[in-house]
Amino acid sequence: MDLHAVIESLPRYGEPLLVTIGVTVASAALALVLAFALGLMTGSRHLAVRTPARVFVEFFRGTSVVVQLFWFAFAMPVVLGIQFDYLIVAGVIALGLNYGAYSSEVVRGAIAAVPQGQLEASTALNLTPFQRMRLVVLPQAWPEMIPSLCAFAIMLLKASALVSVIGILDITWLAGLIGKQPGQDRLLHYGVVLVIYFVLAWLIWTGMRALERRAKRGLGVDAKPVKGRLDPAVAAGGVG
Amino acid sequence: MDKSFGALKVLDELSFRVDPGERVTLIGPSGSGKTTILRLLMTLEKVTPKADPERDGGVVWVEGQPYSHMEKRGRLVPANERWLRRRRSSVGMVFQQFNLFPNMRVLRNVTEAQVHVAGRSKEEAEAKARDLLELVGLSDKTDAYPSHLSGGQQQRVAIARALAMDPDILLLDEVTSALDPELVADVLAVLRDIADTTSITMLCVTHEMGFARDVSDRVMMFDSGRIVEQGPPEAMFSEPQEARTQDFLRAVLAE
Repeated sequence: MDLHAVIESLPRYGEPLLVTIGVTVASAALALVLAFALGLMTGSRHLAVRTPARVFVEFFRGTSVVVQLFWFAFAMPVVLGIQFDYLIVAGVIALGLNYGAYSSEVVRGAIAAVPQGQLEASTALNLTPFQRMRLVVLPQAWPEMIPSLCAFAIMLLKASALVSVIGILDITWLAGLIGKQPGQDRLLHYGVVLVIYFVLAWLIWTGMRALERRAKRGLGVDAKPVKGRLDPAVAAGGVG
Repeated sequence: MDKSFGALKVLDELSFRVDPGERVTLIGPSGSGKTTILRLLMTLEKVTPKADPERDGGVVWVEGQPYSHMEKRGRLVPANERWLRRRRSSVGMVFQQFNLFPNMRVLRNVTEAQVHVAGRSKEEAEAKARDLLELVGLSDKTDAYPSHLSGGQQQRVAIARALAMDPDILLLDEVTSALDPELVADVLAVLRDIADTTSITMLCVTHEMGFARDVSDRVMMFDSGRIVEQGPPEAMFSEPQEARTQDFLRAVLAE
């Protein structure tokens, strides 16, 4: 029976599931670091700081993530002589750079949205520009970033399926592989994958809600329910 | 000094001096440049530069030293951030919109700059903060977030925060304008108290004429970036000489 065959083969999802989670977590970490670096740079007053960051962001936002995956996996070793021992590293870098570029706009926007009066008050108290950012601006901008950053994390989770194009076995590819075998139902296997993605996205979402509640408490504000506050990009369900 | 925003000349060849410990109130209609003066003194705006500061002026001096400018190879040039950082430590400011840090509780609002800028220990900063919060009548609010305080309470915390840095000069920019009428009195009482018990130089932009009369040594009437008239409050309020001042005072006092 189909269902029985599916259940029999569930253990085979173990390793590819770790790949999906690993790629998502690692590239999200890279993207987060990059988002802050680029977000601070693109918001800088100095043209010399702003320009390279802007070029970087627009380049990664303006080119296909699939092409970027191919580039890091297969073109870089030839053109620049940089060979990754594991293809998965190329996948993480490509996704991390791509989503870092996207989410840097969230960071820049949240920083720019901190009222001017906050900067003026911290200047009046003679804080250094670095202290202004660290003690006053970022702690206020952070809670505002969380929902959008979470939206990008969920998009990243779904985009992680793209690493199969450079030959990394994740759950999406595996479902296709098993589904083709005799006695297996491909639709059921893709159904399994849908459920896995949904559960993972739900986990990210729940974690984000807890994080946001905590961050809002740090501003003395009670977090309100965020019904309908999903980023439009996520609502549209794009995969980059 | 001059100050222009693009083609708009906000301060027009303005020149005045304030003595240490003097309380000066700046009055005048909106857009007359009063607030801009305070913002220049807090280095939130820059003086519009002149070709030759030695000859043309356009320099703010504080305690006998250039403030908006610095000396470089015997010449005065617009100050860089390092110079400003050194010099503005003697100036503090309270804003119309309070501008408390919403991410910090009241106590930390008052201690943060003491620790990170003045280099005081946490204990020392907290002791000072508690004294000042008592002075402004908010000893019981040290653990509250600013968002849980009324406007008047927030403004009193902001006053404590500015005083914690021991400024020689305190700039008060329409500190009661954003407050509900019944909250104004508490804030003014705190400021009167400070005026009575300290020798801080105060420059105050306000529409509270009663407060101006009681506290200030000198009242300056501004219009279109110029000083129309100035003098001790009794003279200014009872027998203003200029027609512009008379009109303005009539309009304000009629409220």
